[in-house]
Amino acid sequence: MSEKVKFGRSAVFFDPFERRPGPIKKNMHYCPGCGHGILHKLIAEAIEEYGIQGKTVIIAPVGCAVFAYYYFNVGSISVPHGRAPAVATGASRANPESFVISYQGDGDLAAIGFNEFIQAANRGEKISVFFVNNSNYGMTGGQMAPTTLPGQITTTSPYGRNPETDGFPTKVCEIVNALEAPVYIERVALTSTANILKAKKAVNKAIENLRDRKGFSLVEVLSPCPINLKMNADQVNDFIDEKMTKFFPLGCLRDRSAATPVGELPPAIIREPEEVKSLLLPGISENSNAADASKFAVFSKERRVKICGFGGQGVLSLGLNLANMGRLSKLNVSWMPSYGPEQRGGAASCAVIVNSGAISSPMVDRDCDLLIAMTQTGLDKFRHVLGGNGILVYDHSTMAKPEVGANQKVYGLDALAIANSVGNPKCANSAIIGALSVILRENGFSESEEKAFDAAYLDAITENFAAKPAVLKQNLEAFAAGKKAALA
Amino acid sequence: MKYNHRLLLKGNEAAVYGALLAGCDCYFGYPITPASEIAQAAALLFPKLHRTFIQAESEIGAINMIIGGVAAGHRCLTASSGLGISLKQEGVSYLAGYEMPAVILDITRGGPGLGNIGPEQADYFQLVKGGGHGSYKCLVFTPNSVQEMCDMTVDAFHMAEKYRMPAYVMADGVIGQMMESVELPEPATDVYDPEWKMGRIVDGKANYITSIYMEHDDLEAQNVKLQKKYREIEAKEQRCENYLTDDAELVIVAYGICSRIARGAVDQLRAEGLKVGLIRPQMVYPFPVDALQKIVKGGKAKAVMSLEMSAGQMIEDVKLAVECKLPVVLCNRMGGNVPGGDEVCAAAKKVLKELAK
Repeated sequence: MSEKVKFGRSAVFFDPFERRPGPIKKNMHYCPGCGHGILHKLIAEAIEEYGIQGKTVIIAPVGCAVFAYYYFNVGSISVPHGRAPAVATGASRANPESFVISYQGDGDLAAIGFNEFIQAANRGEKISVFFVNNSNYGMTGGQMAPTTLPGQITTTSPYGRNPETDGFPTKVCEIVNALEAPVYIERVALTSTANILKAKKAVNKAIENLRDRKGFSLVEVLSPCPINLKMNADQVNDFIDEKMTKFFPLGCLRDRSAATPVGELPPAIIREPEEVKSLLLPGISENSNAADASKFAVFSKERRVKICGFGGQGVLSLGLNLANMGRLSKLNVSWMPSYGPEQRGGAASCAVIVNSGAISSPMVDRDCDLLIAMTQTGLDKFRHVLGGNGILVYDHSTMAKPEVGANQKVYGLDALAIANSVGNPKCANSAIIGALSVILRENGFSESEEKAFDAAYLDAITENFAAKPAVLKQNLEAFAAGKKAALA
Repeated sequence: MKYNHRLLLKGNEAAVYGALLAGCDCYFGYPITPASEIAQAAALLFPKLHRTFIQAESEIGAINMIIGGVAAGHRCLTASSGLGISLKQEGVSYLAGYEMPAVILDITRGGPGLGNIGPEQADYFQLVKGGGHGSYKCLVFTPNSVQEMCDMTVDAFHMAEKYRMPAYVMADGVIGQMMESVELPEPATDVYDPEWKMGRIVDGKANYITSIYMEHDDLEAQNVKLQKKYREIEAKEQRCENYLTDDAELVIVAYGICSRIARGAVDQLRAEGLKVGLIRPQMVYPFPVDALQKIVKGGKAKAVMSLEMSAGQMIEDVKLAVECKLPVVLCNRMGGNVPGGDEVCAAAKKVLKELAK
């Protein structure tokens, strides 16, 4: 072990403490007899010893150690109360080359921030946590902490901590020891030279694990707070050794350091634009058939479609298919589902709008050009949205032919039977789109527009089932059968 | 190799693509309807580029992971909705105090309390007016299309970095849930390495980040500095779209899905010969005060109507902007209901009729 910092101040500390406001630049702000200074020294020495100063970050808590950045010449941030392990997680994951320490007191870690702490431990974040347990809230003036002992008097337990109403002291190391991920868990005390030397070993191990990216290390430090406990140096040491250790026994609860391999750095972030695009965007197919439909007169205004039925009938995916056909034909499209619990069983509906120009509202609550109803309930709910010259397509197999207005058109189709005939009931959508090709031709589509519609379908379905050639084939058959049925 | 930049995406997904293409390295978030597709898309896409995705234990965990990732010098994204944003406010106040940039997507839903998952715009106050403790502001972008969900997420990163402050992209549940065709931008090629990042060694000293100023005069000076920055933003960064406002007697102000409905209503009213126009804020902080001042000074406008899916939150900024020189009326729905085009037209006609008296 290196001897170079045995005397004097570790080079990891600033000298003087320039960041500390006010005239005092040589001493720390901690009260006389406080354990923070000792623990700071042990940590600084370990950082120096393991050679990680340049990449170390200390997350400073809310509590007496809030000003840790006055002293340590390492990256630092003072964070919201209790959130240090979450901040440490973000810092460590964002910059895996850094060595992140979460330094926390008992209110910060075991009360307001216990969830952030235990979750980071459970994820096995590659950080080291130093937990200062002094049995009270030091900074705010000696209030009760989760670690306050039964009967102990504090400013918010003036009659003594009552386990009946306040519970028992929180045994943090023991709780963490119930988790699978942590690598190293030890509780030490700062009460005697012998104990401080043990603490130094524990701090070193936690810093060594940090350097080696082994995983989550926790060192709980029973630390004197003579001012708030209204004790002198001997009394506070006796209090820790005789009373605190009854609830918080010293020792190592877990050390899997040796059995844990040195952690690898994750692969570098991909930023090169061509590689980013290759991973995020689909390639342009050389077999693209869809026409540029933005010049078609029929799409010079919004074409509004509403599809309704029951969850599981493919209502939403039928809409998606139509929207994708529009997109591949260079039209502006919108698709708006009913969302939330509705899509998990019960009624389902969606609205699709295509237009060569901008689409105003994505909701279709009037002037609908095409209403596709898969259930009677759906039709009952939405028939009022169909425009005066609109087209209604309904599922022939589940409902009777609906009455429509004088200038409205109605077409029935047994899409499910067609889908079953190609061997896949999920192809009903393709049968409906096939039929639509014919229906739209009858209602104003030119021959070239019909061709473009069919080509857009081919592109959309090919894109959708590129990885499933058998399903693609069934869909194409259903589309052809749907067309044939509509012609008949 | 050529790639198809034109995709059919949900608003929620488009924002994730925007973030990745803007060079965002980390996503930290907690699922919530109607924002969950953001976490899902991030879980799928961030690892593909060897970037970080963590499903945080809570909204509080997520915003604090953001603090850590941003402090470490990386672009970071989180997302939530209404009640989840309420939980994040502590961390957002810290981000403002640290003067650190981060992008937060809020896909708004109904409140108060658990409310429902329908689209409301009742997060306006908590996003625009600060939301947490302290006198601070956040940039608030208000997309009204899937394309803008992508583009404004990119813009939000840039403006957040320019001014070193948190930026929200606030979209209602409709904008988050709807799909539209969207043209994705080219990936960012800039190198993001902020000079203030935690741990950077400057003159032998490692950078630290804090929001604590024990001396009252120091904290006052920091607040004065922040307010100066906010005034600069208010002067330089207002963004809105004006539609047929020059001769309008009634000007509707609407953002998000309401602005799409309002535009349809304006067309319908114009077809009936009624002079109605639309101001669509593309950001609500800073608020487009100049556009409203212009219609006041133009002399044609006789009234302004704030169209909102809330009890009337933006209307306060509309009133401040017109300085009591025009009557300002509210047209609103709540509870997750979206105003219909007919409803807006009827409300506009009623106002015009009253004015004619």
